[in-house]
Amino acid sequence: MIWKEILIRYGELSTKGRNKMDFIRRLRENIRHAFADLGHLHIRTERDRMFIAIENEAQMQTLVAGLPKIFGIQSFSPVAACEKDIESMKKLAITIMETFKEEQHTFKVEVKRTDKTFPLESHAIQREIGGYVLPHFKNLSVKVKKPDIELRVEVRHDATYMMAQVISGAGGMPVGSNGKSLLMLSGGIDSPVAGYLMMKRGVRLEAIHFFSPPYTSQNSLEKVKVLANELTKFGANIRLHVIPFTEIQVLIKEKVPSNVSMTTTRRMMLKVADQVREEIGALAIVTGESLGQVASQTLESLTAINAVTNTPILRPLISTDKLEIINLAEKIGTYETSIQPFEDCCTIFTPASPKTKPKLEKVEHYESFSDFDELIERAVKNREVYIFPKKEEEQKQDKFADLL
Amino acid sequence: MNNTIYLDNSATTKPLKEVLQAFMIVNEQYYANPASIHAMGVEANDLLIRAREQVADILQTEAKNVLFTSGGTESNNAAIFGIARSNTHIGKHILTTEIEHPSVLETVKQLAKEGFEVEYLNVDQHGVISLDELRAKIRKDTILVSMMHVNNEMGAIQPIYEAAKLIHEMSRAALHVDAVQSFGKLAVSFRGEDGPDCISISGHKIHGFKGSGVLAFRKAIRWQPYALGGGQEFGLRSGTVAVPQAVALSKAARIAVETLNEHAKKYRQWHDEILAQLHEYGEAVQILSTPRGASHILSFSVRDLKGEVIINAMQKRGVIVSTSSACSSKQTKTSHVVEALHLDEHYKKGVIRVSFGAHNTAEDIEKFKQVLAEVMLELKGEIK
Repeated sequence: MIWKEILIRYGELSTKGRNKMDFIRRLRENIRHAFADLGHLHIRTERDRMFIAIENEAQMQTLVAGLPKIFGIQSFSPVAACEKDIESMKKLAITIMETFKEEQHTFKVEVKRTDKTFPLESHAIQREIGGYVLPHFKNLSVKVKKPDIELRVEVRHDATYMMAQVISGAGGMPVGSNGKSLLMLSGGIDSPVAGYLMMKRGVRLEAIHFFSPPYTSQNSLEKVKVLANELTKFGANIRLHVIPFTEIQVLIKEKVPSNVSMTTTRRMMLKVADQVREEIGALAIVTGESLGQVASQTLESLTAINAVTNTPILRPLISTDKLEIINLAEKIGTYETSIQPFEDCCTIFTPASPKTKPKLEKVEHYESFSDFDELIERAVKNREVYIFPKKEEEQKQDKFADLL
Repeated sequence: MNNTIYLDNSATTKPLKEVLQAFMIVNEQYYANPASIHAMGVEANDLLIRAREQVADILQTEAKNVLFTSGGTESNNAAIFGIARSNTHIGKHILTTEIEHPSVLETVKQLAKEGFEVEYLNVDQHGVISLDELRAKIRKDTILVSMMHVNNEMGAIQPIYEAAKLIHEMSRAALHVDAVQSFGKLAVSFRGEDGPDCISISGHKIHGFKGSGVLAFRKAIRWQPYALGGGQEFGLRSGTVAVPQAVALSKAARIAVETLNEHAKKYRQWHDEILAQLHEYGEAVQILSTPRGASHILSFSVRDLKGEVIINAMQKRGVIVSTSSACSSKQTKTSHVVEALHLDEHYKKGVIRVSFGAHNTAEDIEKFKQVLAEVMLELKGEIK
């Protein structure tokens, strides 16, 4: 195997001041967590980059496939190494450049000679390797300023290191570096995307889901669990709080006029979410709301709903179009799950014509005849919590293992 | 028929015990309709998803590109009709080979009646197409090339990966590969951009069940549904999905791929041993299979003798072999594959196919060779 290590360049981190070391530590831990299956990774951190030592080809492939999903990485490069003699170096250069043989590229060789005892000087090495590589690939031409590919060669004391490929990372900031928030996860297309976007900005998530059996089926809950599990791909555990919501919803249906019942339902959800948020020590609530998308997402509705709390509500999708959201959902791989057609608590008891401009005073007035607080407390207390990535999934898979 | 030695595995195979067992358990425990929303339906669907993912992994595609069908014929029909009829905006030109299975040949014939233009690639005496001819015949308006991976009558292997590359470079045509005889015997997969676009597999050729098959795509392509109804199988093939068959096929496929190398080695050795014996008969025997072909199929022809005569003579001694293919064996005319090889007239009537399977042992092959020697001796007078 030619691979020695992977060099990781930080995203926005590089511009941070005193908190930088915290961010770097967080990124390192997230990488360890995401690749826990690979056993203990040897990770060396520097101010502007990080190195993961490579032990075998399989490990290399897993890392190259998984690193682009981890937030806080601008880009990364597989680094190869060989003996410190010019013939081995030429051979390695050819192997590395094989990756680029599909298209036309400009390139140059950049040499750094840390080991000054190496008989050839930097320029000589550059000439030797460049002169050897160029005739091997018809698609390469030399360009000294801003080439497409820089083949970097570094002659160090222990070996010669070489790299050329630069693979884009997910950008953003390491998950956990910007505190914790509670995501309202409905099972639709929008909320997982909203969660993803907040994770990208370094927010650690817990999720809350409202479950109204028998009006909503076990399938809809399973779907939400799958979505929560899919979000863990981006480098963090997620706890899902499932709220038994039937009681509250039935009471709303009985006591509140149908055209504002939707607004009240959202208000109660937000109240529940806010209590859970407080218990788990999260700072904000994240929703997938997009302005004007449905009746509950007009500015008037948002105002009436938001009035139940002072907690910051983060709405990363507020200005995005549905199509943009769908594109993102497809990109992050939650779309297929989201579009499975199961009833969720937002689609049951839906009035024929909900008010798009509910008045806060009126809504509060209608709510004042019932004691929701007690029900809310009970719902919060009786919630079930699931942790993802889930071990139970694996057990379920084992159940079928003998059959397949 | 307890001591019968079965050497007609290219016609069909005996299901593996573990496959049968899985089939029974699924029928007993997960019999719910996978489209039902109750817990039992959800569980059956989970199992179906796993079965589908396993096939997708083997073929190197995504689960959403794998369709469970009723077998090789349905897969071939569906692939060819579906691709041809959905791409008429590009053209109506179809290429295939002259030695395809009837489920391909009859389908393209039907399309020819509907106004498609069908051209056939020739094969050489080894049963293999020429890439140069393929290159010459591909046109801008070619929409489909259908090519079998391994020929069912004599085992010739077509260069499907080279063909795929060529086809993708030169046209917008899709390559459909009938891998019914090759899956589980050779490496069959989509191989990213470099492979075929669409693959047919049959369950009963890999020690699974009759009535089960797969049609898989490299990626979602323009294609039209062919069984309308409840919208199962991604809306392309309606009808309650046969979960037990799907699981059985998935399991048979996994085992076939896992044991591929082990079996291939055995088959190659048996192939060589029998060839060596056949060479001893000189002019009396013409061998159709080539060393470059698939190792599990060995075809040969005895001069001026009807295949049937040899089959009966061997059967009397407890060895089952077949004429060139089970599908054509009941027809009296010479098979189209044999015709395509341009055999000498003396050898056209007596084609025998020996095909190995996972249950065969070295003793079976010893017995076969012994019986073959006896039969050749007995029929000596009739071989001119």
